[in-house]
Amino acid sequence: MAPLILHALEKRFGPGAPAVRDLSLTVRDGRFLALLGPSGCGKTTVLRMIAGFEQPTDGSILLGERLLADAATMVPPERRNMAMVFQSYALWPHMTVAENVGYPLKVRKVDRERARQKVCEALAAVRLEAYADRRPAALSGGQRQRVALARCLVTEPDVVLLDEPLANLDRHLRQEMEETFREFHARSGATMIYVTHDQSEAMALATDVAVMSEGRLLQMASPEEIYARPEGLVVGGLVGQGSILSLRLPPGSGRLLDWPRLRDAFQGTEEGLMPADVLVRPQDVVLDATGLAARVTSSFFEGERYALRLELANGQSLRAFSRQPVRAGDTTSVVLASGWRL
Amino acid sequence: MRYSAKSGNSQPRWLFPFVVLVILVLSVLPLARLAWTGVVSALRGDAGQLLADPALWSATLNTLTTSFLGMIAAVVLGGSFAVLLTLFDVRGRSLLGFLFMLPMMIPPQVTALSWIGLTGPSSTLLKAIGMAPPLGSPQPLYSIGGIALLFGVQHAPLVYLAMRSGLLALPKEGVEAARLSGASSLRVLLDIVLPLALPGLVAGAAIAFVSGVGNFGIPAILGIPASIYTLPTLIYSKFASFGPTTFADISIISALITLLAVAGLSVEARVLRGRDFRTIGLSGQAAVFRLGQVRLPAEILLWLVTFVILVLPFLALLASSLAPAYGVPLNMETATLHAYEEVMFRQSVTRSAFSNSVTLALASAFGLLVISVLLGYYIVQTKSRTAATISAMAEIPYALPGIVLAVAFILLLAAPLPILGFSIYGTIWIILLAYLSSFLAVSLKPVVSAYRQLDPSLEEAARLSGAGFYRRMRDVLVPLIAPAAGSSLILVFLIACNELTVSALLWSAGTQTLGVAIYNLDDSGSFDLAAALSVLVVIMVVILMLILELMARRLPAGALPWRR
Repeated sequence: MAPLILHALEKRFGPGAPAVRDLSLTVRDGRFLALLGPSGCGKTTVLRMIAGFEQPTDGSILLGERLLADAATMVPPERRNMAMVFQSYALWPHMTVAENVGYPLKVRKVDRERARQKVCEALAAVRLEAYADRRPAALSGGQRQRVALARCLVTEPDVVLLDEPLANLDRHLRQEMEETFREFHARSGATMIYVTHDQSEAMALATDVAVMSEGRLLQMASPEEIYARPEGLVVGGLVGQGSILSLRLPPGSGRLLDWPRLRDAFQGTEEGLMPADVLVRPQDVVLDATGLAARVTSSFFEGERYALRLELANGQSLRAFSRQPVRAGDTTSVVLASGWRL
Repeated sequence: MRYSAKSGNSQPRWLFPFVVLVILVLSVLPLARLAWTGVVSALRGDAGQLLADPALWSATLNTLTTSFLGMIAAVVLGGSFAVLLTLFDVRGRSLLGFLFMLPMMIPPQVTALSWIGLTGPSSTLLKAIGMAPPLGSPQPLYSIGGIALLFGVQHAPLVYLAMRSGLLALPKEGVEAARLSGASSLRVLLDIVLPLALPGLVAGAAIAFVSGVGNFGIPAILGIPASIYTLPTLIYSKFASFGPTTFADISIISALITLLAVAGLSVEARVLRGRDFRTIGLSGQAAVFRLGQVRLPAEILLWLVTFVILVLPFLALLASSLAPAYGVPLNMETATLHAYEEVMFRQSVTRSAFSNSVTLALASAFGLLVISVLLGYYIVQTKSRTAATISAMAEIPYALPGIVLAVAFILLLAAPLPILGFSIYGTIWIILLAYLSSFLAVSLKPVVSAYRQLDPSLEEAARLSGAGFYRRMRDVLVPLIAPAAGSSLILVFLIACNELTVSALLWSAGTQTLGVAIYNLDDSGSFDLAAALSVLVVIMVVILMLILELMARRLPAGALPWRR
C-alpha cells in the first residue's frame, strides 16, 4: 500500500482566517498518526478533508500516486476505500449490529456467505459475537464504539480515520478501548489517523504525533521525541504536564538544561543574556534543601503522591510531586534537575 | 455517478436542476403569471370598471368584517382553551386538546353544512326534538354574523396552537421559583405568563384573520344564498358568469386578497421574529397552576363548549343525513340510510367525486413525498442563500389563500402549453398541479425537520462504506426519515381529499372533487345527500387524524400541524 500525503493543504470557510493553512505531512503505510491539538485548531477539518467530506481550497491530498483531492478535483468519499470511527459512533439505528458491520460489504456486493463470515470475524475481533442480532440502541457506549470499529475492520480499508472516538466514554472504558485500538492497529496493519485533544491518549496509541494549533502543523514526530524535545510554546504546553518558566540564558547554551545551568539562569545578572521559555516537568522538580526557595500554593493528595503547585521567589509557578505530605502555605526549596528550552 | 465538484458535495448533479424545476413550476411561474396579469390589466385601465363596481367594495367590506369578527371569536375561544389546557390542572387535557383541534382539519364547507343543520327552520335535529323555529323564519347563519361565528370556530385551533407553543416554551422552573419566593398564582400569571403568552396570541390572531380572508367554503355556503359576497366568493361568481374581463377582474381581486393576507402575515412575522417556537420539554408536561375550587366548573365549561362547537353540529349533520322524506319527523323508526346509499352507490356524480378526490389525494401525497424527500435533502444539505430562497419559495403557495393560487394556475395554464400545443385547463391535471403547489409546504415541513434531526455522520458513514446517492437514500436516509415521511403522506392525503377552494375554480364536468360535490349538492337543494357525504368525510378525517396521533411519538416535533 501507499503513503498518505498532504501537501500544502488549506481550507477556508468563508472570509477570515483559514481553518487549515499550509499543512504538509506524510503518513507512511501502516503508521498510526495522532492529530493532537486544542479544540478549534483545525484537526477535525483535516480529517474530514482526508475522508472527502470537505474539499481543500488549496493544496492536495494524495494516496501514493493517486490524487484524492485538490482545489479542482475530488474523489468522493464512497470511492476512497477509507473507513471512519465517528465521535457519535454513527451506527444506523434501524439496522442490527451485524447489518451495520456488514453494510460496507453489502454495498461492495461481496457474496453473502463470505460477507457473513467476515462480519463474524470482525465482531469476534471486538468481542461482540454475542450481540450480532441486537440493535445499536440496546448497546452501551463502549459496545457501540466497538461495533463502529468492527465496521472499519471488515473491508480492509487503505486508511482508517478516528474522530475523537473516546470523547464520549468514561475513563475506565477509555483505557479498555485504547487497548482495543492498539490491537486493531497491530492486527489490520492499516494506516490510521486519530484526532484527539488528549495528549496522553495520543502518546499511548500513536506511532507518530502531529501537533496542530490555529490551523497550522507545529511539530510532527514520534511520541517519545515530541515528549522529550517539544518545539515552541504551544507544543510544550500541550505535551506533558510541565510548567513553562521565562528565564534569561546565555547565548549558545543548548536546549537540554541541567541544574547548574538553570540555577545560574535564576541567579545570573550578567550582560548579554537572551530571554527563553524553559519547560520543566514536575518529575524533574525535586524537593531539596540546597535548591531555590519556593512557597507551596496548593497541594492535593492523588493516591500515590501529592501534586503540588509552587511559587518561586520571582513569582513564577511550578508543578511538582512529593511523596511526603506537604501543606499549602509551607515554604520549601527545590532543585530543577532538568529543563528543556522551547 | 458524477457529483458536482463543490466542497465534498454529496448531491448528485441532477438534484439542483430538479429542485429548481420543481420550485419554478409549483411556485415561481404561477405567482409571476398572476402578478403579471394584475399589473398589465391595471396599466391597461381594465381595472377602472371593476373598481367602480360597488359589489367589489361591499365584498371587501364583508371580507374585512367577517374576518375581523371571526378573528375575535377565534381569539376568545382558542385563547381560553390554550391557557386552561396548558397552564392549569384540568383533567382530560389531551383528549380535550385533540377534540378542539378537529375543526381545523374538517373542511370548512362541512363545518358550514353542519351548523346549518343545527339552526334554522329546516333543521332536522331541532324538528326531531320539537324546537325548530316556525317555517318561514330566516336561517340565522346566512349573515355576516353567521360567517364570522364559523370563522371563529374553524380558526380557533390556530390561535390555540400559536398561544400554546408560547406557553409551553415558558420556563416551568422559573414559574416554580417565582412561587417559592412568595409570588401568588395570580401575580405569576400577570407578571410572567401573560407577557410571554402575548406574542403567541397576537400571532394566532393574525393567522386567524388571514385564514378568514382566504376562506371560501364558509362564505360560499352561508353567504351566497343571502347574496353576501366576500372577495373569494366574488371571484367564484365572476368566474361563473364568464366574460371578456373575467381574467383581469379576478387577478385584481386576487391581488386585493393577497394584500390583506400579506398584511396579516407580516404582523405575524413581526411578532414572532427571533422567537423559536419549538417547545421546551414535553407537550404533555404537568400543569403549572392549580385551579382548586373552580376546577370542576372550568372543566364543565370546557366540555360544554366542546360539545356545542363540535358534537352538536356533528349530531345535526348526522340527523340531516338520516332524515326521512320531507315533513316526516326523525326518530328511531323513520331514520333511513337512503342518503348514504344514494351518495355511495347511485349518484354517479358523487361516485366520480369520490374517485377523483381519492386519486388526486393519492397522487398529490405520493408525488409530494418524492419531491419532499429530494427537496428536503437539498435544503438541509446546502448551506447557501440559494437554499434559503428555495425553501422560502416552497412555503409561499401554502401561505397564500387557495383561491388566489387557483386563479394563478388558471391564468398560467388557460392557454395551450408552449411546444406541446394543448391545454391542461379543464382536465384533472390542472387540479393536481395546483394541489402539488398548494400542499408542498405541508409535505415538506415534517421531512425537513426529520432530516435536520439526523446526525450527519450517519450519512457520512454510509458514504465511507462506499454507498452512492441512491444506495444511501434507500438504505440509510429514507428508513430513518420514514415516520416523518409517512406523516407527510397521510397529512397531504387528508387535506387534499377534502379540499374545496382550489378545485371550486378548477373543476369542470367529470373532474368534480368531494368538496365540490358537497357544495353542489347543497347548492341544488339536496341537503340530505350533502350531509351524508359530509358525515363520511368527517369520519375519514377523524380516522386519519387518529392514525397520525398514534404515530406522533415517533415524529419530529412540529410534524403535525395540530401538535406543533
